[in-house]
Amino acid sequence: MRMPVLLLSMLALLTGSARAATPDPQDWDAVQAEARGQTVYFHAWAGDPQINGFIVWAGEQLEAQFGVTLQHVKIGDTAESVSRIVAERMAGNQEQGSADLLWVNGENFAALKASALLFGPFAESLPNFALVEAERFPEMREDFTIPVEGYESPWTRSRLVFYHDAALLPEPPRSMASLLAWSAANPGQFTYPRPPDFLGSTFLKQALLELAGDSTALYKPVDPARFDEISAPLWAFLDALHPTLLRSGRSFPGNGGELRRMLGDGEIVLAFSFSPAEASAGILAGELPPSVRTYVPSGGSIGNVSFLAIPFNAPAKAGAMVAANYLLSPEAQAQAYAPEVMGSTTVLSMAALNPEDRERFARIDPGVATLPPEALGVSLREPHPTWMEALEQAWLARYGAR
Amino acid sequence: MLLRAAPWLVIALLTLPVGLGVGLTVLPAFGYLPVLGGNALTLQHWQALFASPGLSDSILVSLQAGVLTPLLALSIVMMFLAGISGSGLERWIRRLVAPLLAIPHAAAAFGLAFLIAPAGLLSRLVSPELTGWTRPPDALIVNDPWGLSLMLGLLIKEIPFLLLMALAALPQCDPQRRVAMARSLGYSPAVAWLLTVLPALYPLVRLPVYAVIAFASATVEVSMILGPTLPPTLSVAVLQWFSDPDLAWRFQAAAGALLQLGATAFAMLLWRGLEALAAVLGRRWQAAGRRRGESVVRVGGTFGVWLAAGLALGGLVALVMNSFAGFWRFPDNLPRAWTLQTWSRTLPELSGPLGNTLGIAAASTAIALVLAVAVLEGEQRDGRKVSPALWLLYVPLLIPQIAFLFGLIVATEFLRWVPDWRLVLFAHLLFVLPYVFLALSEAYRRLDPRWTQLASTLGASPWRSFWRIRLPLLLGPCLTAAAVGIAVSVGQYLATQLPGAGRVPTITSEAVALASGGNRSIIAVWALLQALLPMLGFVLALYVPRVVWRHRNGMRDQQ
Amino acid sequence: MTEQQTNATSHRLQLQDVRLSLRGTLLLALDADVCGGEIVTVMGPSGAGKSSLLAWLAGFLAPAFRASGTVLLDGRNVLALPAEQRRIGLLFQDPLLFPHLSVGGNLRFALPAGKQDKDARVQAALVAVGLEGYAARDPDTLSGGQKSRVALQRLLLSEPHAVLLDEPFSRLDASLRRDVRALVFSTLQRAGLPTLMVTHDPEDAEAAGGRIVQL
Repeated sequence: MRMPVLLLSMLALLTGSARAATPDPQDWDAVQAEARGQTVYFHAWAGDPQINGFIVWAGEQLEAQFGVTLQHVKIGDTAESVSRIVAERMAGNQEQGSADLLWVNGENFAALKASALLFGPFAESLPNFALVEAERFPEMREDFTIPVEGYESPWTRSRLVFYHDAALLPEPPRSMASLLAWSAANPGQFTYPRPPDFLGSTFLKQALLELAGDSTALYKPVDPARFDEISAPLWAFLDALHPTLLRSGRSFPGNGGELRRMLGDGEIVLAFSFSPAEASAGILAGELPPSVRTYVPSGGSIGNVSFLAIPFNAPAKAGAMVAANYLLSPEAQAQAYAPEVMGSTTVLSMAALNPEDRERFARIDPGVATLPPEALGVSLREPHPTWMEALEQAWLARYGAR
Repeated sequence: MLLRAAPWLVIALLTLPVGLGVGLTVLPAFGYLPVLGGNALTLQHWQALFASPGLSDSILVSLQAGVLTPLLALSIVMMFLAGISGSGLERWIRRLVAPLLAIPHAAAAFGLAFLIAPAGLLSRLVSPELTGWTRPPDALIVNDPWGLSLMLGLLIKEIPFLLLMALAALPQCDPQRRVAMARSLGYSPAVAWLLTVLPALYPLVRLPVYAVIAFASATVEVSMILGPTLPPTLSVAVLQWFSDPDLAWRFQAAAGALLQLGATAFAMLLWRGLEALAAVLGRRWQAAGRRRGESVVRVGGTFGVWLAAGLALGGLVALVMNSFAGFWRFPDNLPRAWTLQTWSRTLPELSGPLGNTLGIAAASTAIALVLAVAVLEGEQRDGRKVSPALWLLYVPLLIPQIAFLFGLIVATEFLRWVPDWRLVLFAHLLFVLPYVFLALSEAYRRLDPRWTQLASTLGASPWRSFWRIRLPLLLGPCLTAAAVGIAVSVGQYLATQLPGAGRVPTITSEAVALASGGNRSIIAVWALLQALLPMLGFVLALYVPRVVWRHRNGMRDQQ
Repeated sequence: MTEQQTNATSHRLQLQDVRLSLRGTLLLALDADVCGGEIVTVMGPSGAGKSSLLAWLAGFLAPAFRASGTVLLDGRNVLALPAEQRRIGLLFQDPLLFPHLSVGGNLRFALPAGKQDKDARVQAALVAVGLEGYAARDPDTLSGGQKSRVALQRLLLSEPHAVLLDEPFSRLDASLRRDVRALVFSTLQRAGLPTLMVTHDPEDAEAAGGRIVQL
C-alpha cells in the first residue's frame, strides 16, 4: 500500500503543477486576443460525414475570422475522451491536456462536472449566449436535470423522432402501447439499438416516461429502493415486445447508424433517431428509400440539448471559448440547420435574432421528410442521468446474457 | 558491441512497457486509483466483475474463439499442406495467400459481414430468384450469440497467416525425404506427410499458433464487428467498462482486463493440453500403422483453404461494390445506381490520415527492421542463438492489448509525455517489431552460412560481408518482413487512438470512428483504404526483388 | 603485394600439435608443415573431422567443437586473428559464386580494398582461365567447369597466403574433374601457396603429388 502512494506522489511532484494562466471569460476582448494563433483540439463524435464536413467548414471560418485553428479529433464514443481526461488528471497533468473542446451532454457531462474536470463557468459570458434566451428556454441551463452553471455552452438541439418507410408501413404506431400491438401483429419489423448505446437508452427512457404514469421520480436521482417498482411497467412492456422484434429480440443493432441501415435494407420498417433531419439526410445520401417519413409520438418525445465543454487542463481555453461562441452564432447555426449540411435544429431563439439572421433560417428548406418545428409536438425533459445508468444496468442484467 | 546489446535492447523495449502497463492495471483492479477516490486495497471490484450479467458467457465465447479458431485454422493448414506436398505448388500458394494477409482484421471482418449478413451480398445475389425473399430474412447470422461468425472472421485471417508461417518453416523439415520414406512403407502421400512431417513442423510454428490464440481470445475489433453482443466477448466488455463515462467503472474494467489476461493464459493452457493429447493420439496412430484417411485430409484441407480465401475475396468484392453503391434496395442484385460520391467526398479528407498512416507505418517498420536485423546478425556472428530469453520479444503478441495499453497510457501521462505521433510510433513498434522478427528470423537463420564464411576467407570484414552479401541475398525476406510490419502498423486501432489521444488520426482510427455511423458505403471506402496500403506493400515485396534480380537466375529460389 | 603472381616469396603454413574434438571426443590429431607450392592431402573417412579442421583453420569452427594446438602462417599465429585477416583462402565443394553479383562482381568482391585498376585485374583474371568477356554474365548461366574456374580466380584475387581445399572436385563429373583439378593444382603451385586439401578421393591425393596424411 505504501509504496504505490509514495511512487505516485513522487511522480506527481516530478511532473510539477505550475498552473497555466487562465483566461477570464468576462474580458472577451482579451479572450479573443489570446485565442489568435491557438490550435483547438475539438473532440467530437465523427460517425456522420455530414457533421464532419460541417466541422471542417466551421474550422475554415474560425481560421479566417479569428485566427483560431480547429482540429477535429474524430472519436467514436465521447466516453473515450472522458477517459482520457481522467487519466490526465490522475497523472497530475494540469495544463497540457489533450482536449480543448468537447462535444458532450448527459452522463458524460455529469461525470466530468462531478469530478471537477471542467473549466468554467464560461458559457454565459460568451457574447452569443444571449441569443438562446435561456430565461425562456430553461433547457439551455440544464443538462439531463443537472444544472449547467456555465460549464458548457449549448450548440445543437436533439429531439427523439421516429421515421418509417411509408411504402411498407403507411400508418405507424404513435404510442408505446400501439407499438407493442403493431409489433405483435407484424413480428420482426422493428428493433432498437442495444443499451448502453445512447439512442437505445433513450428509447428505454421514452418508453418509461410514457408508461410510468407519474414521472416526477424520474427527475430526481434514482432511489434504489423504489427503482424496481417505478421501472416495472417498462420491463413488462419489453418482456412482451422483445419476442416480436427483429431476430426475436436475441440480437440488437449497435447504434442508430445500424438501425438506419436496417431500415434502408428493408429489414425493418420503423426506426427512430435523435436528429429530426435524419430521414431527409438519409434520403439525400442514398441510404434510405424516398418513401421514408418522420413523425413524433402523440404524447411527445424526449428532447435535449448538446453542449460544448472545455476540460480543466485545456491548453487553448481562449481558443476553445472563441470556437464555442462561433458555433453559437447565427451564421454557424444556420449553416448547420441546412439538411444537406447537418440538419441540426438550432438552439437559438428566433425572437432574439435580428431580422437579417432570422431570414438566414427562413431561406433553408428543411427537407421532404423533416417535420417543421411546430409539428414536433411536446418536448419531454431528459430524466436525471442516474436513471440512464440504472436503466442500462437493469436492461443488461435482464437481457444481457444469453 | 552494438550487436551484442541489440537483443537486450529489443527485449527491454518490448517487455518493460508491457510490464509497466500490466502493473498499472493491477493497482486499480484491486481498488487503488487515488484520483477516483480509490485509496484502499479491496476485492469489491472483483466481486462486482463476477456479478456482472453474462460474464460467464463472455468468458466462454472468448475461450471458445481462443481455442477453436487456432485448432480449426491449424488443422486446415496442415491438411492442406499434406495434400499439396510434392506438387511444387508451395511458391504459388505463397504468392496467392500473401495479399490476404495484408487485409487488416477490421477490413476483413467488415467485408465478411457485408457478404454473409441477411441483407448481404450473397443473400442479394440469390434473392428473390432462388429464395423467394423480397425482404431480408430475419436470420441471426452476424453477431450470433455462439460466436460462429466471429470465428469465421478470425479464420479467414488466421488461415493465411498460419499457412505462410508454415510454408516458411517447411523446408527445414526436409518434407520430400520424409514423405518418400513413409511412402516406401506403404503410406499414401498426405497421410505420410501428416505422420512424418507434421511432428517436425509443428514446433516451428508453435509461436505463431500461440500468437493466434492470444489474438483470437482477446480481439477487440473483430468482436465488435462480428462477435456476439449480449453479452459481448470479454475484451469488448472490458473496453466498454473502460470507456463508461461513469468513472467508477474503471476499477471493474481494470479487474476485467486482468481477467482477460487470465482467460488468454487459460486458453493457452488448454492448448497445451491439446498438444499433449495430440501427441498421444498421434503416437497411437503411428503405432497402429493405419494408412487410411488420404481423401479426408485432401478434401478437408483444400476445402478449408479455398473457403477461407473465397470468403476473404468475396468480402473484398462486397466492400468494392458497396463503396460505389448508390441506393441499393434489397433484393436487387446490384445497386440501382453506381456513384463516386463516397470516394470523392472521402479523398479530400484523406491526406492527413494517409500521411500519418504511411509515416508511422514506414518509421515503425524501418526501426523494427533495423532492430530485428541487428539481433539476427549478432546471432549469426556469434555462431549461436543469442539467448533463450529472446522469446520475451513476443510478449506483446501474447499479452492481450487491452490488459496493458490503458495502464501504459497512464504511465506516459505520469511521465508528462504529450500524446503525439512519437508515442503512437512507439506503441506501434510494440506490435510491429515482434511480427517483423517473426517474419524475418526463419529466412535469416536459414541462409547458408557458407556465403559469409566464403566472404571472410576472401578478406571481407563482417560489415562488408553484411552489406555486400547477406543483406542483398536476404532482400526478398527483408521486404516481406517490411510488408508484414506495414500491415501490422496500418491495422492498429487501440495502439493509435490511446497514445495519440485521437490527435494522430490514421486510416484505421478514422475508419473506426466513421463505422459508428453505420453508413455502408463509407465503411466500405475506409475499409478498402485500410486494405490497400498493406496490399501495396506485399505487392512491392513480391515484385521488387524480381525486378532487381531480373538478370540473376540464382536469386529466383531465394525469394 | 604481387608475390603470389611471381613466386618471389614462399609462404609457409605450420600446424603444430593440432587436436580437434567434438563434445569431448577426440576426432583428430595432426602435425603438418606445408611449404609454398606444396599440396598436403589429408585423407580420412567421413565424420573424421576433416571439414571441421578446415573450418577451424579458416576461422569459423562451430561452437560444439573444441580445437587446440598452434597454427603459424609465415611464422605468425593466425588463430588469434579473425577469419578475414588470416589470409587463408578456402575452396568449397561447390563453387559458391554469389548469385546476386555478376561474374565480374564476384571477382571484384575478392579484391582487397584500396587496389587501383580493379577492372583490369578482373579482366586479366578472366582471360587467364579463358573466360574473356564474361564479366557481365549472370553466374547462374555458367557451366560447372566455368564456375569452378571463376571460383579459383576469385580466390587468387583475394591474395591469400595459404589455401585450403575442402573436397573441391567431388561435385564435378569425371571428365571435368581431371581438367579442373589440373588447373587448380598448377595455379596454386605456380602462385607458391602452401595448400592443405582434405578429400576421400585417392585420385585427388595422387594428382596433388604431395605428402598424404592418413587419419
